[in-house]
Amino acid sequence: MHSLLNALLVVVLALNLFALGTSRIITVIKVVSLQGLLLGVMPLLIEEHLALAAVSASAAAILLKGLVIPTMLLRAMRDVQIKREMEPLIGFLPSMLLGALATGFALLFATALPLASEHTTPLLVPAALATIFAGFILLTTRAKAITQIMGYLVLENGIYIFGMLLVGAMPLVVELGALLDLFVAIFVICIMVNHINQTFSSLDTRRLAALKE
Amino acid sequence: MNGLWMILSAAGLMMASGFPAGFGSRQSAAAQRLAAVLMVLGSLTGLSGLAVALFSSGLCAISLPWHLPWGSFSVGLDALSAVFLIPVFIVPALGSVYGLGYWRQTEHLDNGRGLSLFYGLLAGAMVMVVIARDSVLLLIFWEIMALSAFFLAATENEKPEVRLAGWIYLVATHTGTICLLALFALLRQVSGSFTLYAFDAGSLTAGIAATLFILTVIGFGFKAGIMPLHVWLPGAHANAPSHVSAVMSGVMLKMGVYGILRMLTLLPATEMWNGELLLGLGAVTGILGIAFAIGQSDIKRLLAYSSIENIGIITMGIGLAMMGRVLHRVDFILLGLGGALLHVWNHSLFKSLLFLNSGAIMHAVHTRDMNRMGGLAKFMPRTAGLFLLGAVAICGLPPLNGFVSEWLIYLGLFQSVNAGNGMPWPAIGIGAVALALIGALALACFVKIYSTVFLGQPRFASHASPHDPQPFMHYPMFLLAAGCVVLGILPQVGLPLIQQAAAQWMDPAMQENPLPVSLAPVQWISGAALVLIVVSGIAVTIIRKNIRRQPAVSIGTWSCGYAQPTPRMQYTATSFGEMLVKRFSWALRPRTRQPVITEPFPSKSGFSTTVPDTVLDRIVLPFVRYAGHRMMKLRLLQQGRISIYLLYILIILLFLLCWESLGIGR
Repeated sequence: MHSLLNALLVVVLALNLFALGTSRIITVIKVVSLQGLLLGVMPLLIEEHLALAAVSASAAAILLKGLVIPTMLLRAMRDVQIKREMEPLIGFLPSMLLGALATGFALLFATALPLASEHTTPLLVPAALATIFAGFILLTTRAKAITQIMGYLVLENGIYIFGMLLVGAMPLVVELGALLDLFVAIFVICIMVNHINQTFSSLDTRRLAALKE
Repeated sequence: MNGLWMILSAAGLMMASGFPAGFGSRQSAAAQRLAAVLMVLGSLTGLSGLAVALFSSGLCAISLPWHLPWGSFSVGLDALSAVFLIPVFIVPALGSVYGLGYWRQTEHLDNGRGLSLFYGLLAGAMVMVVIARDSVLLLIFWEIMALSAFFLAATENEKPEVRLAGWIYLVATHTGTICLLALFALLRQVSGSFTLYAFDAGSLTAGIAATLFILTVIGFGFKAGIMPLHVWLPGAHANAPSHVSAVMSGVMLKMGVYGILRMLTLLPATEMWNGELLLGLGAVTGILGIAFAIGQSDIKRLLAYSSIENIGIITMGIGLAMMGRVLHRVDFILLGLGGALLHVWNHSLFKSLLFLNSGAIMHAVHTRDMNRMGGLAKFMPRTAGLFLLGAVAICGLPPLNGFVSEWLIYLGLFQSVNAGNGMPWPAIGIGAVALALIGALALACFVKIYSTVFLGQPRFASHASPHDPQPFMHYPMFLLAAGCVVLGILPQVGLPLIQQAAAQWMDPAMQENPLPVSLAPVQWISGAALVLIVVSGIAVTIIRKNIRRQPAVSIGTWSCGYAQPTPRMQYTATSFGEMLVKRFSWALRPRTRQPVITEPFPSKSGFSTTVPDTVLDRIVLPFVRYAGHRMMKLRLLQQGRISIYLLYILIILLFLLCWESLGIGR
């Protein structure tokens, strides 16, 4: 089982880099939804026997991360009529390199962490850290509000991978609650994106600096 | 036990009262009515709960499970809490009924629902503050109260001056909260827990006790508005809607007083200077508060400064009682604390009445500037009558309630003259003289406000003819006025509860000693008040009869002997207070802009004078501006760009990861 899980995690890491390296927002959304689908499968791989909790958590994750949220985002994109992230703070290639660097750092760093022995074998911890870093890079370097949402999503995916460590211990309610939070947050941000677009005629969050006192 | 549960549910009802409105339509008046009904319901539940609790057993407490790491959900009720709960239950409910007429949802689409929401939160949070018996719980509700008051004060946030007043309030209240955090942390250190029940104070060193005392006075003093911590008060009160000002002034300031009293009940009283400091602060607050009030021409700013003055009187009473604790004098405690607590009630009645009244005036003339009013008594006779009643009460004149509480404090101060032993002279000298001065100045202040607003002729023609407000606004004022009269003539109804509260400050051995009935012959007050009412009633009837005999002639008042007087020649509010403002110009520092006349035929020119708040405009704001100027470089951190802020989070995250897991910190 572990080898399959590790393979999935490697794909997740590759998707991180892909998301960092592309300028087309639709591609980013698709990449992130694919990442969400993969994450949704993971609880089934970790649990030895299929418990109801694992199945429903996985179903909810696949439904929300893989389908509902990407649909909402695609619709928001269609409403605001943008296709590309034009002017990132640092370029796409450098940010991809930065992501790779962060992944390497996460791998090194995870070995230094004082982890319980059953958590050391799969790539879970380094993958979680690397995904969180990738999310942060997306968040900090992209200017368009909608790409920043993708950053939040990737960041949340990283936290979700961390949650895999506790999938046996964490109650189902917590898992579902976190997913619901995410759903509501994205929902609200989508509305906000529309408002930002209407007010500033652009989705560039740098324009929001005009609001500061 | 049941009573406290009822009070808890009342707090819940009040806090929830504004929520349904949030789901209603902006145009619907029904949601606002529902909020008012819930507030009144909460208030009735609370009052009946209070009655049940007081008549069944004195002390009761509830502890509920609590999931936060610190503190506990423990609430309790004692006489002190009960004294403060009464205004908390009465004034906000009346204010919300008043709001139905004053701040109609249909006329205030943008902020009406927010107002209902925060109004309820404020009222409910105050209930919780008063019954909390755990410092963490108290702080939580203290913050809910402070923040709701911020949103209420900034209701009309489209106006820049309202926003400025709101920000000043927010900064002031949080400065106070910092002191409270320090206070409760220190209290936790010395007492070992967050509960607000008496602890073994014997282990306190003098230094720690002094620190606790100072933190109490500053932290709660910010909310109470003790000078020089009052900076937020005039602006916030003036710019809030009137029923909110009434609640803020009538009740919320008292939460500061409650906090001081609650903490002083826990702390040991061994140092004489504690009482002296409070007495001195009270005297300064009272005198300067009313002096600033005289200088104002904005009716609500004036009332706000007058609230500061009343807080001064209350603080003086507390100071006297503190001295009584040190000297083991029952009479000081009973008269000082009793007077202070009674004044808490009284002030919440007449100041709310006056603020609600100012709202009615503003509805009629659409301005807060007294220099533009005048002659309103003819158009709004009921409002004028109610205002006169409130003014007489607040000046401490018999037969109304303000007299009784000030009289108790006077009696206490006079007792200290007789005492002799161990009583330092300043307490006697400053106290009684200051109180007398405050009374006289208050009278001058309210003569000024009544005469310029209600008497004379209208100084400017208003758009529509002013008239008495509608019943929703009137009934709450009538009730408050009735309260002033009842407490003035029959102070006996409240005294047992107040005496019980004051007894907490006495040693068990002292408690059998004389009751205030023998110290303060209250029945004489009732008798004298009735005589006064009857005599003045007879006098008024006789004078009226005499007037009727003569034919009525209609001429302008205040014509000052001019042949062709115009209404604008009347004494204005500013000119009325000019002499006293000059007398106090060392503290008030009025800003006057006047022309210098050098030639025989001077050109057209202007004159203006204002009395800004000395502490705020001459000390705090310049200092803040200077600091802001010097710290300009720090603004580089505040770019206003979300991604930069997220970068800060990332950096801190990385730092913490390295710190904790790689053992850099170890």
